[in-house]
Amino acid sequence: MPKTLYDKLWESHVVHQEDDGTALIYIDRHLIHEVTSPQAFEGLKLAGRKPWRVSSIVATADHNTPTDHWDEGILDPVSRLQVETLDANIREVGALAYFPFRDPKQGIVHVVGPENGATLPGMTVVCGDSHTSTHGAFACMAHGIGTSEVEHVLATQCLVQKKSKTLLVAVEGRLGKGVTAKDIALAVIGTIGTAGGTGYAIEFAGSAIRGLSMEGRMTLCNMAIEGGARMGFVAVDDTTIDYLRGRPFSPRGDAWEKAVAYWRTLKSDEGARFDRVIQLKAEDIQPQVTWGTSPEMVVGIGATVPDPAKQTDPVKREGMERALQYMGLNPNMGIKDIKVDKIFIGSCTNSRIEDLREAAAVAKGRSVAASVKLALVVPGSGLVKRQAEAEGLDKIFTAAGFQWREPGCSMCLAMNADRLEPGERCASTSNRNFEGRQGPGGRTHLVSPAMAAAAAIAGHFADVRDLL
Amino acid sequence: MEKFVRLDGLVAPLDRNNVDTDAIIPKQFLKSIKRSGFGPNAFDEWRYMDVGQPGQDCSLRPKNPNFVLNQPRYQGAQVLLTRQNFGCGSSREHAPWALLDFGFKAVIAESFADIFFNNCFKNGILPIVLPAAEVDALFKQVEATPGYKLVVDLPAQAVIRPDGYGIPFQVDAFRKECLLNGWDDIGLTLRHADKIHEFEEKRRIEQPWLFA
Repeated sequence: MPKTLYDKLWESHVVHQEDDGTALIYIDRHLIHEVTSPQAFEGLKLAGRKPWRVSSIVATADHNTPTDHWDEGILDPVSRLQVETLDANIREVGALAYFPFRDPKQGIVHVVGPENGATLPGMTVVCGDSHTSTHGAFACMAHGIGTSEVEHVLATQCLVQKKSKTLLVAVEGRLGKGVTAKDIALAVIGTIGTAGGTGYAIEFAGSAIRGLSMEGRMTLCNMAIEGGARMGFVAVDDTTIDYLRGRPFSPRGDAWEKAVAYWRTLKSDEGARFDRVIQLKAEDIQPQVTWGTSPEMVVGIGATVPDPAKQTDPVKREGMERALQYMGLNPNMGIKDIKVDKIFIGSCTNSRIEDLREAAAVAKGRSVAASVKLALVVPGSGLVKRQAEAEGLDKIFTAAGFQWREPGCSMCLAMNADRLEPGERCASTSNRNFEGRQGPGGRTHLVSPAMAAAAAIAGHFADVRDLL
Repeated sequence: MEKFVRLDGLVAPLDRNNVDTDAIIPKQFLKSIKRSGFGPNAFDEWRYMDVGQPGQDCSLRPKNPNFVLNQPRYQGAQVLLTRQNFGCGSSREHAPWALLDFGFKAVIAESFADIFFNNCFKNGILPIVLPAAEVDALFKQVEATPGYKLVVDLPAQAVIRPDGYGIPFQVDAFRKECLLNGWDDIGLTLRHADKIHEFEEKRRIEQPWLFA
């Protein structure tokens, strides 16, 4: 019987299965950051248990780390303690690789894993972080877990799982100029809703997906969780293999050839059946902008803010009204008429080199509008930062009036000093526009890096296609 | 983990779709390296009028009188009633820790986000999915009846209303056993340690690059 990619990934990791379908699934790669791991290490120690296989661990500090004045260290004592706790835990148990605060290769865990070749096709990848779905770009079964499961993986190298249903999202055709993987992700979420993928593993396929770079695929899989799916993935092709060749933890020599032969089998078979199929045409996707407090509250740049009066479901209508009130917007106003106070280009969704190139192409030779209080560019890792600097992107950004910062999660979730003040409105390349996500009372609009740069230049949302 | 068998608890209604884990416990409180103490900051941005910071004495902070969990009639609630996609967003287990610390032992909703749903079971909280019509009827009853309580009977897999009407719910057999007994997942998994070793050795031979 033809198998889906998900079937293949699942079956190759089953250690043991109960009669009711509950299975023990082996975990190949365990990514660790400072926020969701301290209680797990403590639990392990209290129970007198040892980590099962420390060579599966890749760790970095990213959520709490400041993005400027690194010479001063971490000023917030509570943040500093959390980062120091990670240092101590990794020092004690060990890891395949650790990129601590101020290491030249430190960065967002979902950026540093792939760029070091620590994420390889066919792996199970977990992390105490919902955006672990990012690694599905490499045909991995990759998903976020809670801290109890972090401890479970540390102690047993396994997770207790039940198989998900499968959802095929097929995007055929060619993306228009200025339309990116982020716009596909937002358009998919706008179509299926933030709970549309709940209980499913999403496979992204179709010519538009095959046409994406690995960076673009990571952006897309990263946002699978915002559509409710714990994981999203893309089959292996030449783009995958070309990306992995020569990375520090990629196999070499004979092992590389053997690995590539196996990786090439990581795709859904012809005629494989999915529980649900969604089809989108790439040509129909416009640059997207969210208007509300959930990623499903999204429209194309040419649209207007929706009118709750037209919503018949009372709970949904009330949700829309509450979102508009929080966002300080009126129904039926043009998206392009919404002015922004701050710009954030960064996060595990959009802080890779390609993202920075796309934003820089818009910023080049232009200036951030005087009404914009702060425009931040936060590269995803030390490696991305140095690559961007080698290409002169930092100069383009700073000449235009953007600030060029050190890597980290930064204003995606504002655990460090980078945040919105109450009422401030931000064009952000991150993944969540929830109330208070970028700072209490802050108002977030999710966009692509190119659209964030366009909003920075215009001072309000603008169609990036007019600037290319 | 504490056992969950049967609960007869006061119900608090949170009438919203898509309550995310950032709302349940905002990011500034995730800096803690402990598992406990998150209750005073559960729903912090909705619950208080000021901006919360770690280490505050929350009893001195101005409360938002309009937020439902601040109403006197819902003090001491153990069952949270809500709508669709509860617990979406971040995988932070601090969300169920905060709910548990606040006093909730069961959450009833039309649907839950996957990771949050899973995290609840690891902490002795029972998340219950009920059909939309049943949830809607419960909202009407709770709002109309001060002191409204529900019985949650895990062995019988039923939510029982004060009028005696029982609503059945589904729960995985394995998860049910763990909750009823307060079992530690890790201990259960380690019973299969030989199988894990065996699997690992086979994998090491077949895909040695995974063990570099």
